[in-house]
Amino acid sequence: MSIVKNKKRNILPGFGLSMGYTVFYLSAIVIVPLSMVFFNTVPMGWEPFMQAVTAPRVLAAYRLSFSTAFFASLFDAVAGLLTAWVIVRYRFPGKAILDALVDLPFALPTAVAGICFATLYSPAGWLGEISAKWNLQIINTPTGIVLALIFIGFPFVVRTLQPVLEELEVEIEESAHSLGATRWQTFRRIILPHLFPALLTGVTLAFARSIGEYGSVIFIAGNLPMKTEIAPLMIMSKLDQFDYAGASAVALVLLLISFSMLLALNAIQEWQQKAYR
Amino acid sequence: MLKPETSTTTTAVKRRVSDPLWVRIVLISLTFLFFVFFIFLPLGMVFAQAFQKGWAFYLECITEPYAIKALQLTLTTVAIVVPLNALFGLSAAWAITKFNFRGKATLKTLLDLPFAVSPVIAGLIFVLLVGSRTPFGGWLGEHGIKIIFSTPGIIIATLFVTFPFIARELIPLMEAQSRDEEEAALTLGAKGWQIFSKITLPNIRWGLLYGMILCSARSIGEFGAVSVVSGHIRGQTNTVPLHVEILYSEYNFTASFAVASILVFLALLTVVGKVSLEKHFQKHSLEN
Amino acid sequence: MGIELQNISKQFTGYTALDNINLSIATGDLIALLGPSGCGKTTLLRIIAGLESADSGKIILEGKDTTNLSPREKNVGFVFQHYALFRRLNVFENVAFGLKVLERSKRPSKSEINDRVEHLLKLVQMEWAIKRYPSQLSGGQRQRVALARALAVNPKVLLLDEPFSALDAKVRQELRRWLRKLHEEIHVTSIFVTHDQEEALELADRIVVINKGRIEQQGSPQEVYDHPANAFVYNFLGNVNVFHGRIKEGMVSLGEHLVDAPDELKNVDEKPSQTFVRPHEIGISKIRSSETDVIGTIREIRLLGGQIGLNLSCEGFEHPIEAEVPRELYLNLQLSKGDKVFVSFNRVKVFSGDYEI
Repeated sequence: MSIVKNKKRNILPGFGLSMGYTVFYLSAIVIVPLSMVFFNTVPMGWEPFMQAVTAPRVLAAYRLSFSTAFFASLFDAVAGLLTAWVIVRYRFPGKAILDALVDLPFALPTAVAGICFATLYSPAGWLGEISAKWNLQIINTPTGIVLALIFIGFPFVVRTLQPVLEELEVEIEESAHSLGATRWQTFRRIILPHLFPALLTGVTLAFARSIGEYGSVIFIAGNLPMKTEIAPLMIMSKLDQFDYAGASAVALVLLLISFSMLLALNAIQEWQQKAYR
Repeated sequence: MLKPETSTTTTAVKRRVSDPLWVRIVLISLTFLFFVFFIFLPLGMVFAQAFQKGWAFYLECITEPYAIKALQLTLTTVAIVVPLNALFGLSAAWAITKFNFRGKATLKTLLDLPFAVSPVIAGLIFVLLVGSRTPFGGWLGEHGIKIIFSTPGIIIATLFVTFPFIARELIPLMEAQSRDEEEAALTLGAKGWQIFSKITLPNIRWGLLYGMILCSARSIGEFGAVSVVSGHIRGQTNTVPLHVEILYSEYNFTASFAVASILVFLALLTVVGKVSLEKHFQKHSLEN
Repeated sequence: MGIELQNISKQFTGYTALDNINLSIATGDLIALLGPSGCGKTTLLRIIAGLESADSGKIILEGKDTTNLSPREKNVGFVFQHYALFRRLNVFENVAFGLKVLERSKRPSKSEINDRVEHLLKLVQMEWAIKRYPSQLSGGQRQRVALARALAVNPKVLLLDEPFSALDAKVRQELRRWLRKLHEEIHVTSIFVTHDQEEALELADRIVVINKGRIEQQGSPQEVYDHPANAFVYNFLGNVNVFHGRIKEGMVSLGEHLVDAPDELKNVDEKPSQTFVRPHEIGISKIRSSETDVIGTIREIRLLGGQIGLNLSCEGFEHPIEAEVPRELYLNLQLSKGDKVFVSFNRVKVFSGDYEI
């Protein structure tokens, strides 16, 4: 008896072509360019690298980017939950329009969002006038940055919550209700824990996006050194001075943070799937 | 994201344990309040500012040569970026959903990488790769090829930023559709290209269109990455968002908002297109 | 020979899907590959079609080695469990697909294609639906269109992967008979995969029973049903009572009773045994007819269509015994719950050794 070993092959055609092109394009557009950040930082050596990324102005920028992104995504958590709840659960005139407009921050060029907010809150702007009366300075302050970031991050929270909220079974709520729980207890004890992983995912997405955000922020921020300079702007200004190594160093730190957020996000999603499947 | 084979979105609100009327009124009002501050007022302001000096001035602002040039550059960019990323999306989705191979999960993660990268860094990496001060860029420069501070740079940076959009729509869609139809076509004697064009492509056309709309919207509006690589040369390397920025920083607010209003209009169009595609898609998946 | 499989093996990560399969199928036969889910029968079918590649072995279709051919070049018709109709094409375009993708030199003219599609749709009684889309058809109708589509390319063999399992019971019955009739008309060598022994017994010229990647037995439905080669086949082909006991000195223990061992097991050393008795091979009577009768009590009575199912607890048996009696007998004996009856085993089948399913 002779055993003829057959060659392994793919049944559907086009694996080599599609895979080859995918890997080639991915490398050319993403992997190789991204690796440049690394290759431009390494020759610096440790000391200059640390100097570049711990310069007081850079540290202040990181701190600002983080704190504003944090507060903005915190606000988005509340506003996003509210919006998703209202859109999924209630009927009211104008609902379809609200639902559609949730995506506007995705679709609107960030620069346009930036000049809108800057003008709106400028001392002569519609809302700037009002805030001036209360002696509240918004433009050129971290508060302004937070407002712009709220706008940018908002759809991430709504769009991750919406499907989960829609699939939440009525029976769960009804049984809680029939067991004598009040509406608020049902929400706190049953609905909110169920939504929590999705909420966390949405907020993380909003936060990750906010840290790197540039266009919508720079107009309202005013870019005052040590006060309202965000981290991406530091990269920009280093580039303007042709300090490529310095720019790469700052970028590398930002990238590492973003990638770890991406990994954290994957972990959250895995946890979510384990907990609710 | 288009959801494959589900149809729960915006189904009629079933009779659920309902909240008291006052709660509903308060929550709906709060939502509207949020939208007023963060969506309606900013949008309204664009148009108020744009038309501040009347129709004639508005038209003048959006038809002046630099604005037209910027629009042309933006449209050129979209016309190149969207097909290239669509081709990539189709190819990646085909490889990932029709075959089993090692490292698939890693490949999928790598596809999402650009989402996690700040736009400014997206610009920076291309300056580092092909800028005139780098070895490769210098070599290109000697041969008369200029990428950074010119149109190719803008296109490459935009390619990077919008890289995952189409692939990300197609992969879940094609995963949900299984390989049965392609295998059936194969046993009936169809060649690879025939299977792809007659069976696969028609099945994913709406998802593809959806991804292309998202990709176009982002290509039109990309600011940070393009800002790094463009060099801001008026009439040459200025896209529409960059033009808006320049006009704004010159305190030419009315002109800036007039040009911005075009972008707002396109954004609203995108949102409408997205919603109607989602509606269409749900109707279709219900039929199957 | 229509189909010849030589030493087909297939390994998936962690387990063997097919272990050295050898099988010959005569031209024009309708064959059932029967086995529990996960036994490798679908994998075998897909290997024949070329949709899966075997690790080793040869596939010869009509005298031609097709082992390394792509499914495209094999000229087999494949019918999928979930129909796999092209959802964006209408019924006509679905059936015409295989003809339209032919190279120009081989492609029939438009009118020939039209005629052929119409003929096929008539054959499957779907000519009324020519302009419909798959989503507008029921499951049974879709599967008939899928069959017409597979037949359009004049396949050398027709392969059907659990073709009726996604349909409800009544449609399944109907389609079975109809497929049998169709096969008599067109006589193309066909293999269908099923886990439903009734379907296999009713439809097939020959049955191939597969378990854990191996062929357990092949033969006509009659042979396989009446002379199962081993305990697995016996158990898989219909309901059965199993008694675990021992063979010793030419006798087999059946509960606490002893019966004569079959001739081939007369002289074996002491061994564990399994004894099988089908429910309809159990006799029920109110009067003792033989020494070997067992006394049982009716615990439960169930209506099974034409037959009556009885659940009996019998003296000397640990577990209850299932019996099936014709309706008339049941009425004549006026059986009711709690009655004492005499139970006889009309036909027993003994296998020695342990086996597991």
